[in-house]
Amino acid sequence: MFQDIGEMLILFWRTLQALPQLWRQRLKMFDQLFEIGNASLLMACILSLFIGGVLALQTGPVMVERGLSGLIGGIVGLSVCKELAPVMMAVLIAGRIGSAMAAEIGSMRVYQEIDALKTMNINPIHYLVLPRVVAISLALPMLVIFAIMVGWMGGALVSVFNNDISISFASYFNNLRSVVELGDVLNGLIKSFIFAMTIGIVCCHQGLCTIGGPRGIGRSVTKAVVNSIVMILILDYVVTRVLLYFDL
Amino acid sequence: MSQASQNQHPSVSVEVKGLRKSFGSVEVLHGIDLNIKAREVFVIMGPSGSGKSVLLKHLIGLETPNSGDVLIDGHSIQAEDMLERYRLAMVFQSGGLLNSLTVAENVGLYLTEHRLMPQKDIDRLVTEKLEALGLKGQENRMPEALSGGMKKRVAIARALVIDPQVILYDEPTSELDPLIAVTIGQEIKRLNQENDVTSIVVTHDRDLAFGIADRIALMYDGKVLEVGTPKELQQSKNEQVQKFLNASFKF
Ligand SMILES: Nc1ncnc2c1ncn2[C@@H]1O[C@H](COP(=O)(O)OP(=O)(O)O)[C@@H](O)[C@H]1O
Ligand SMILES: [Mg+2]
Repeated sequence: MFQDIGEMLILFWRTLQALPQLWRQRLKMFDQLFEIGNASLLMACILSLFIGGVLALQTGPVMVERGLSGLIGGIVGLSVCKELAPVMMAVLIAGRIGSAMAAEIGSMRVYQEIDALKTMNINPIHYLVLPRVVAISLALPMLVIFAIMVGWMGGALVSVFNNDISISFASYFNNLRSVVELGDVLNGLIKSFIFAMTIGIVCCHQGLCTIGGPRGIGRSVTKAVVNSIVMILILDYVVTRVLLYFDL
Repeated sequence: MSQASQNQHPSVSVEVKGLRKSFGSVEVLHGIDLNIKAREVFVIMGPSGSGKSVLLKHLIGLETPNSGDVLIDGHSIQAEDMLERYRLAMVFQSGGLLNSLTVAENVGLYLTEHRLMPQKDIDRLVTEKLEALGLKGQENRMPEALSGGMKKRVAIARALVIDPQVILYDEPTSELDPLIAVTIGQEIKRLNQENDVTSIVVTHDRDLAFGIADRIALMYDGKVLEVGTPKELQQSKNEQVQKFLNASFKF
């Protein structure tokens, strides 16, 4: 395990060093971006709508009972943008995109495509890892912005139409606006950017070190997704702690 | 331009010195010494599992030896910029084509990625090489839609586009029917005569080996038993060599 972490840090470092190559690899990066958007936008929409909704459903009635109905917008708004949207979108992307990355690179490894690249003096980090890690690092924060807005809407819909809550759109959003600051959204975006790089590196690394034929690819995919999710949840705590220190 | 770029890179010698390789605690190559001359067709023959593929990977730097070295034109393959200084190409056993790219993109990959010429020259060169290997009109097909023999020829075309000084073939005729196997064998021989290139062929196919080789090395269990011209090998007194050369279906 420690060896894996070491290898991943090295891969991360090499990917950073490869950044100047990004312009040459831009077409592959755009391909990846398009694929990520295509594969995850609808799912992200549904997921965040229900997350916002269930948050309102869980907190709303309790708060209405205690005469705090004016704070529902703030509670839902804050939890969605600081915690739920970044984490849930990262988990979604790990499952949807990270798995595909591990599978694709893993099969390239097993079927000697990566060896072939090396013999052509093409660096697999430039050719495969860089465009994927950059694409996912750009895509996830964008997806999170989208998810935050949809999540807020989900919360609003439930707060307005659920009989045990029934507050007005205006009161929900007024409170949300007075509680949630730009810094809170930024907090979520910083987290999601870090999660995205983690997913990209974990899954590419897992793909690159796939061994043992088709069954090895399956093993790699499972490991990539599970490890990504574990890392996301651990990093979530660590990053939150650090950001609190910086008052974000 | 393409004519001029041909033969800009003369063939070079390949020397293997005391090469040893272990995976975990199992030693697979037990000290290999070979001296492969520039421009010859050198066949490394031996039964499955004798370490031929592992040896071949060392020749192009895909594996790092535990001890010993591989010298290309006198320079260690382990030096950083060897693949920039020398043009080496490998035809993988299963082709090693990139499945996400078309045939033409695969063949032109080296030139596109290293930006060695404008795209339209690359396209022309790719078409030329594909035609030379009997793959006219296959440019836009995906590798998965090709038969085994075609994949191998695409892989050979991709290697040739590099204008290699050394070309390595791993089991070029395995998984092919005898007719196509013969064609591929002829192809390897012809390409060696037409281009200034050192060809190293790994195979367990005796017919192929004796058909195309200038010299043959017989490998057995991670060691080289004997090196020589096909004739010399046939007259070998080594028992293992005779056993491998004369095994047949006659009972
Ligand atoms: N990456 C590897 N890890 C462990 N063992 C390997 C590896 N590659 C090859 N071997 C072992 O090395 C031996 C020689 O393999 P190989 O060179 O592929 O044989 P062949 O002569 O059929 O090409 C085999 O016993 C194989 O199991
Ligand atoms: Mg082999």
